[in-house]
Amino acid sequence: MSENHKIIEIEVLRYNPESDEEPHLEVYKVPFTDDMSVLQGAQYIKDNFDGSLTFRWSCRMAICGSCGMMINGIPKLSCETFLRDYYPNRIRIEALAHFPIEKDLVVDLSGFIEKLEAIQPYIIPKEPKTLAEGEYLQTPKEFNAYIQFTSCINCTLCYAACPQFGLNPDFIGPAAMALLHRYNMDSRDGASASRMELVASEEGVYNCSAVGYCSEVCPKHVDPASAVNINKANAAKDYFLRFLSPKGGSK
Amino acid sequence: MSKRKPYVRSMDGWWKKNPYFVEYMIHESTALFVAAYCLVLLVGVIRLGQGEAAWNGWLAAMQSPLSVLCHLVLLAGAVYHTYSWFKILPITMPPVIVGGKKMAPEALTGTALAVAAAAGLALLALVWRIAL
Ligand code: SF4
Ligand code: FES
Repeated sequence: MSENHKIIEIEVLRYNPESDEEPHLEVYKVPFTDDMSVLQGAQYIKDNFDGSLTFRWSCRMAICGSCGMMINGIPKLSCETFLRDYYPNRIRIEALAHFPIEKDLVVDLSGFIEKLEAIQPYIIPKEPKTLAEGEYLQTPKEFNAYIQFTSCINCTLCYAACPQFGLNPDFIGPAAMALLHRYNMDSRDGASASRMELVASEEGVYNCSAVGYCSEVCPKHVDPASAVNINKANAAKDYFLRFLSPKGGSK
Repeated sequence: MSKRKPYVRSMDGWWKKNPYFVEYMIHESTALFVAAYCLVLLVGVIRLGQGEAAWNGWLAAMQSPLSVLCHLVLLAGAVYHTYSWFKILPITMPPVIVGGKKMAPEALTGTALAVAAAAGLALLALVWRIAL
């Protein structure tokens, strides 16, 4: 690091489950260069001040989705957020909001993983084909119907942006709903009826009060809020359809 | 034995923690302005049912300076409510495809606001003509 580096104060919400009753803030003075991300700031603290500081990261290029944190109260990927943009002010980093804190900046994502499983995130073909029968074809138009919802990197920033998830952790939430929508919109898939049961359930889309912040913070422009809201209409349609035909819609 | 002890943070005062949430609360609470104006109109309908004297009394009450002031406040609330809902319209409705492409969020909001303004003005013109 060069001699003429600047120094930024980074305030970190620390929590050690083995010794702490509740989280507390600690301030570190971190020398930085203009190309340093907030993640690198945390790394500097870990390497030079306190090796026990715990956080997740992997790719450092906004693609693995593991480095999300609250940065001055806003959910962001710390690897694509730069210290220079906050200097000379103090910067505060905290574990992603609305999730239980496991340790320091690491949150408990087990609930989220269960939700991802629950939505059946794979294509369940309308009619199974043998290999000999060839591939399932799709037109560009059919492809465009869902492609946007495939970009999710499971960073869970949208959950940290969703007060309804904070108030009810059972809410299936933005990213899982976006992925569900991705499969329901896929012309090769035939399982939307069974996924719609989850959409309309107690944990489903009606927990959403259209705050819309999830789409605002999403680093991949997935627009999970639109997936949630389109499915409010779909669930309502399903509900009324079953009065018209015994087969229409799901339970 | 597990050393795990996940800490759950309180949601108290969540809506004060982010300007986006404050704005959300304002836009939700302006619904009360719209509801209040519906009540005003409902009272008018009830008074109409009670005969000419009651109706004229209601009309006179509507013209008092306090009532005019109330109308202005309620109008401001209703206009903000309309604006803030149309601002999130792009995420609350299915995508609108024009010429094979998804309509831009700004265009969608702009169109909705223009339609709302036109409908408002048309209604005003109609009522004006009846009143004259
Ligand atoms: S929808 Fe966006 S914010 Fe939510 S997990 Fe996926 S990439 Fe992250
Ligand atoms: S480290 Fe992979 S997204 Fe930031």
